[in-house]
Amino acid sequence: MSNEQDEIIQEFLIEAFESLDQLDQDFVALESNPTDTDILNKIFRAIHTIKGTCGFLGLQTLEAVAHIGESLLDELRSGRISVTPDIATALLEMVDAIRAILTKIETTGAEGQDSFGPLRGRLQALKDGEALSDELGGEACTNSQVEHDPKEGQREECSIETSVDELSENVDESSSAPANGEGGSSEQPSEDTANHDLIAEILASPDFQQEEPVAEQEMMGAVMEASSSAEEIPPSAELPQEEVSSSASADAAEDKESAPQAARASVTESSLRVDVGLLDKVMNLVGELVLARNQILQFTKNETDTALLGTCQRLNLITSELQEGVMKTRMQPIANVWNKFPRVVRDVARSCGKDIRVEMEGKDTELDKTILEAIKDPLTHIVRNSADHGIESPEMREKAGKNRQGLLQLRAFHEGGHVIIEIADDGAGLNIERIRTKAVEKGIYSHEKASRLSEAEVQRLIFHPGFSTAEKVTNVSGRGVGMDVVRSNIEKIGGSVEIQSQEGAGTTLKIKIPLTLAIVPALIISCQEQRFAIPQVSLIELLRVEHGSGNSGLEEIRGALFYRLRGNLLPLVDLRRELGMKQEDIQEEERRTALNIVVVRAENKDFGLIVESVHDTEEIVVKPLGRQVKNIPVFAGATIMGDGKVALILDILGLGREAGIVHEGRETQDGFDEQEDGEETSEKQSLLLVRSGTTSQLGIPIGRVDRLEEFSREVVEYASGHEVVQYRDGILPLLNLPRFFGNEHFSTNTYSVVVCTVDGQQVGLIVESILDILEDSLDLHDAHARRGISGSAVVQGKVTDILDVATILQSEFEGSLESSISRGMEA
Amino acid sequence: MAIKNQELPTETTQLATFFVGDLFFGINVMQVQEIIRYQEMTPVPLSSSIVEGLINLRGQIITAIDLRKRLRLSQGNGEQKPMNVVVGVNEEVVSLLVDQIGDVVEVSQSQYEEAPDTLDPISRSVVSGVFKLDGSLLLLLDVEAAVKEEMFDSHLDKSHAHFQEALGGLASEALR
Repeated sequence: MSNEQDEIIQEFLIEAFESLDQLDQDFVALESNPTDTDILNKIFRAIHTIKGTCGFLGLQTLEAVAHIGESLLDELRSGRISVTPDIATALLEMVDAIRAILTKIETTGAEGQDSFGPLRGRLQALKDGEALSDELGGEACTNSQVEHDPKEGQREECSIETSVDELSENVDESSSAPANGEGGSSEQPSEDTANHDLIAEILASPDFQQEEPVAEQEMMGAVMEASSSAEEIPPSAELPQEEVSSSASADAAEDKESAPQAARASVTESSLRVDVGLLDKVMNLVGELVLARNQILQFTKNETDTALLGTCQRLNLITSELQEGVMKTRMQPIANVWNKFPRVVRDVARSCGKDIRVEMEGKDTELDKTILEAIKDPLTHIVRNSADHGIESPEMREKAGKNRQGLLQLRAFHEGGHVIIEIADDGAGLNIERIRTKAVEKGIYSHEKASRLSEAEVQRLIFHPGFSTAEKVTNVSGRGVGMDVVRSNIEKIGGSVEIQSQEGAGTTLKIKIPLTLAIVPALIISCQEQRFAIPQVSLIELLRVEHGSGNSGLEEIRGALFYRLRGNLLPLVDLRRELGMKQEDIQEEERRTALNIVVVRAENKDFGLIVESVHDTEEIVVKPLGRQVKNIPVFAGATIMGDGKVALILDILGLGREAGIVHEGRETQDGFDEQEDGEETSEKQSLLLVRSGTTSQLGIPIGRVDRLEEFSREVVEYASGHEVVQYRDGILPLLNLPRFFGNEHFSTNTYSVVVCTVDGQQVGLIVESILDILEDSLDLHDAHARRGISGSAVVQGKVTDILDVATILQSEFEGSLESSISRGMEA
Repeated sequence: MAIKNQELPTETTQLATFFVGDLFFGINVMQVQEIIRYQEMTPVPLSSSIVEGLINLRGQIITAIDLRKRLRLSQGNGEQKPMNVVVGVNEEVVSLLVDQIGDVVEVSQSQYEEAPDTLDPISRSVVSGVFKLDGSLLLLLDVEAAVKEEMFDSHLDKSHAHFQEALGGLASEALR
């Protein structure tokens, strides 16, 4: 038997023994409470799993025993038979039988001679004790068939030479494992593949000849079913190939003879389950040890005692190794999560009549257990989504000129201290127009705004709460909860999700997650002698802005600071002000010298943190904060520095929210979203540039502007407290923009008025002067958006606030617009 | 401190005692994890003023609560650094900053009395009862209430304002 096979069997044994121990307890519990369906279900599932796995491993006797037990349990579960002591005894005997077979496998590597005929007979009799209709039998059969893995189907097909034409055709077609398909008709199956090894083994096994007819029939049934399922989902590319290579030379019969007869160390002894809580504790202690070591090393820096130095050196090494070792105990390959996906995809594909192949790359990529747990559900969701919505039906695929069979690729790899997981399908991709329409329907955007969104922005909409583009809700997905949860779950563990989609060509979701949560690399910065840690995950770059020359790139709009970073406006946040450490602005001292800016990113928005000084990057151990300070949004935790002092870890997302740069929920989508790097989609827009009081320069979208007028001061009248003028046989309410923006002293003899129409009402905006009309591509930043301003952009080399006419009027007139006008009309 | 219980108590409890201002407090010794000298602290910006900072207690980060500020007492003269009474509360470890540490005192149930209603609201919110000792009153500190997060600032301000108001009312009545 190949090593690979060996390993799988070992794993199976550990698992099976564990579930058997549990089963004993469950059965006893069931006997005292025979109607408890929860326990029944639990037992059923356990037996089901054992049966499924041993079917996969080719353990025929075990499978037969488990199968009949499972059928009986199914009857019990459906309530057609109720639990009697007889049944309970028989089932317990079945558990014993399974245990006996497992022990045999563990010691000898084979199932042994006993086929447990009498027991099986008894179980069958018990099951048939009540009415056994054909329908029920059929159902039980279906049940067993579902279990069969396509791979197994192939193997069996090969062995019994009931070569199903369709299957071999299909296998030939799929480039994944042509050898197997060929092997079916080959003269010497034992030479070819591991599958054949097994088959030969089964055939050679005396048990096989003695199998009861029932089992044989069942196997035939399984083959039929498996072949049809194999048609639907051909096996993943890896497994069969691995099997081919690993056992090409093995001779089945010989292998059987040489199966280790010598007593092997019990598998259950070589591995043990450890409480994760305990591991966490050990991990914490190691964290402490690392800190203590750092301190000792610092103290002994100037020592000359060689013995002491030697000891310190050893301590250093051992600590590092211990840290590594403990980290490793928590690491698990991503395959632990992925392994469930072929099945998930198969079920989804089957229920929607699709044909999907799953490919996996980088299965061995390891991740911290807590992270693995955290991404399990989001990943499952994404995979289901891809299978359900992403990949089209075979007919549609054919029409689109694609292979009938859809492809779902899972990739995992390391990249710069992160693990990247990609889920790519070659399906229809996101339908941009449909999402746009949906966004308008759901009231997330106005029609106008939706049509202005770039493709990338539209694609990102699928992460919006309550958004689902599925035309109809299937039982798998489309209920509109999901992708937003996916995103928030991943962000919770410090990760991020990106989506790339091309209509007609497929969708790729890229998830970026940290390796581990317990120890993270972080940049240490300080403000007013106090150190803070910024997790490397959110870090983009460091800037040092030397002042001196007039053109430093720093801009200020009404107290809000920006930095011109490669043509974009980067909103700046003064950390000290945000932390309430200092009230005055930074202008005075530092603007004269230099600014340290840490560019960080939260929810795809970049902003700059102004800090006093930047230190080193360090690996920090993240510790939770106490209840009294936990709810401060700008801190994610605390850590202990090398000198034993405590430093707070900044929560960049929380900080961004506090500073008003990152918005929560719907708000994010309402403003102009900042563009992703490299995906600049700034649109050309016509602007009327005006000057208005103290504000440097204002831009009014030209679409809003009807006319430009001038009124002398005398013609201005008042109606319900607002300035109005008689204009074209009506009354035009006026809004004094300089005053609106805080310049109370603005006065002039001739008013320049921009006449705008909002919701069918004309309104005049009084401005100081009209400057220009131009068309420019706007790169809007809404970071410092405030009342009446939808964002800022660089226009003709000057920072310009873009006026949001609608909200200004709303806030200024608050519904009085209509009434004042109608009243004016009456007058 | 030589405050001894002279009676022969039937049911006795041991209380660790300490002073905050001129108030004499006690906590059940079982709640006290340890008592340590003043430690250097990392202040937490944006936190309640009652949170004095974070302490590294052998690798565990614990929050230090300034009981003086919690009780709205005037700040100490600064000559003496406060002591840390490290207590376990609600499965969390918190340090209470106090002025001075007293003895462990054995008290009996017979000496106990509910917190009197006339106690000012701030003190009453953290004092669950009073032990009448010879020559002094020992206030039993309700640690949970003292470190409760929602009790901070805003609530305190409110109750303090109420207190002031009540005082003002009393004063004006007295004047009349």
